[in-house]
Amino acid sequence: MSVIPLPSGRNVPPAASSGGRGASALPWLAVPALAFFVGFGVIPLIGVLLLSFTSWDGLGDISVTGFDSWRAVLADPGLPHALWVTFLVMALSWLVQTPASILIGVFLAGQQRYRAVLAVLYFIPLLLSSAAIAITYKALLDPNFGLGAGLEIDLLVQDWLGEPALAIGVVIFVVSWQFIPFHSLLYQGGVRQIPRSMFEAAELDGAGRVRKFFSITLPQLKYTIITSSTLMVVGSLTFFDLIYVLTAGGPGDATRVLAIDMYKRGFQANLMGPASAIACILVLVGLVLALLLRRLGGRDASASQLEGA
Amino acid sequence: MATTLTKEPSRAAAQHARPPRRRLGERPNWLGGTISWIWLLVVIVPIYWIVITSFKSQSNYYAENPFAPPSEPTLTNYQMVIESGFIRYFVNSLVVAIGAVAPAVAVSFMAAYAIVRGGGSRFLRSTNSLFLMGLAIPLQATVIPIYLIIIRLHLYDTLLALILPSIAFAIPLSVLVLSNFIRDVPKELFESMRLDGASEWGTLWHLALPLTRPAVVTVTIYNALAIWNGFLLPLILTQSPEQRTLPLALASFQGQYSINVPAVLAAVVLTTLPILVLYVLGRRQLLAGLTAGFSK
Repeated sequence: MSVIPLPSGRNVPPAASSGGRGASALPWLAVPALAFFVGFGVIPLIGVLLLSFTSWDGLGDISVTGFDSWRAVLADPGLPHALWVTFLVMALSWLVQTPASILIGVFLAGQQRYRAVLAVLYFIPLLLSSAAIAITYKALLDPNFGLGAGLEIDLLVQDWLGEPALAIGVVIFVVSWQFIPFHSLLYQGGVRQIPRSMFEAAELDGAGRVRKFFSITLPQLKYTIITSSTLMVVGSLTFFDLIYVLTAGGPGDATRVLAIDMYKRGFQANLMGPASAIACILVLVGLVLALLLRRLGGRDASASQLEGA
Repeated sequence: MATTLTKEPSRAAAQHARPPRRRLGERPNWLGGTISWIWLLVVIVPIYWIVITSFKSQSNYYAENPFAPPSEPTLTNYQMVIESGFIRYFVNSLVVAIGAVAPAVAVSFMAAYAIVRGGGSRFLRSTNSLFLMGLAIPLQATVIPIYLIIIRLHLYDTLLALILPSIAFAIPLSVLVLSNFIRDVPKELFESMRLDGASEWGTLWHLALPLTRPAVVTVTIYNALAIWNGFLLPLILTQSPEQRTLPLALASFQGQYSINVPAVLAAVVLTTLPILVLYVLGRRQLLAGLTAGFSK
């Protein structure tokens, strides 16, 4: 998901103060978690790099084939296409979700009671599985049996998932439907932490609502924006379930993002070598994006956003 | 980030410190309000449609206005879903969710406690960095080696095959959130426990755990949600219908009965019901804890 860096050693007493009989027991407490994470996280991560230099059909023997998989993947026009679709989905879903989430979050941060009710209802899409959401929208958008046909509104009777541009649009919409509520709640939390005194001072200076939003709210939300964007961007690399059930990467290859590309090469075409190479690219893209966003947030993103307030 | 200012013993206390009511007479926020209400409609309308349609018969579905409540409500869709093996899938999902969440939260809590209390140790510092790195990596990218490992362990097509990687995937975020909360426990309390001669284990159990219970509940619900709704691992690591979990069953049910929209939607409702119950029970803590944990 995201990198929310913590300066190691913060609030930590010097080793000597925690000396005594318990001190040597502490590292052992971390061992079980470490073992699970190494076994099913770190080793597979190394494994995916190793497997990208082999040929394997998923059942038989694994044979080392050097750079064959990489050559095949890098020469395949499918790769730039998958990268492009991944980027498109990432950028568009960020562009739709971020402004909407900020506006809704700012609104929800008010104190009226009904806004609490809003927050409760907003959360519902987060409870549904991506598979359930995809299935619902597939039924809802079906040109013959869906909503458009039922309401007899021609505008809604489109081959939503059969036209490449429409299918991308549907994916963006469904992603927004699923995640805008969550990000709104993040921003709601962020806005509530801005000291009232800042707004009051601005009001005394005669700042209007719009001015206050751009001069106080938005700058003060900087770190919330970075956290939320990191979750959105890195999360968008893992939109597998939703797209797989909704379009299976189609029509054609219109919504074939990297994760779908990896699955199809590996588990449908039984080419685990090239699929592993795609997985390596996926990891690389995720790391680069997380680092970029972290750089944006300055070196110490966990410092108070209120500094200098 | 509020908690970087407030140093209450637990974040739950900080959550109650709400800012004062906005002054009366401030002009209403029309833009934000309009968008919020429109988006509420966008969220609610499909959910309303799912629920009412799931009670319609297939023939009524085509005859009626899609937004009209069912004229002859029927439970046949639910009956059909249950008869097509959903109890089995439900039990499978439950086994995987409990089997993965309980150990994941337990080992994450122990690790988070060790990382906060023993931060001076190089081993614990690098363990923490490793978990943080895990947050940046789309773990789905590791499914091919996981598939290989599961095959070699002769666990393919078992529920244990889903449980083991699910635990690993849950650890980075759980450790991050839990350690953020344990860090807010005043050092003096740890110190007095130590002077009383309590062991680290006793301190974890009798001090850290009770004081961070909201965080533990949050992490538990969050992980349960992610694992309950997980799709990729079951898709790759199981094949027989007997080992199916709900999301996968849902997808194959839809493939089978795509024409019978009400039945498909009844299946959607049934798979979401347990999560809805969990949400109603733990809503306050989930909302408060999740945003606090992420906005750290």
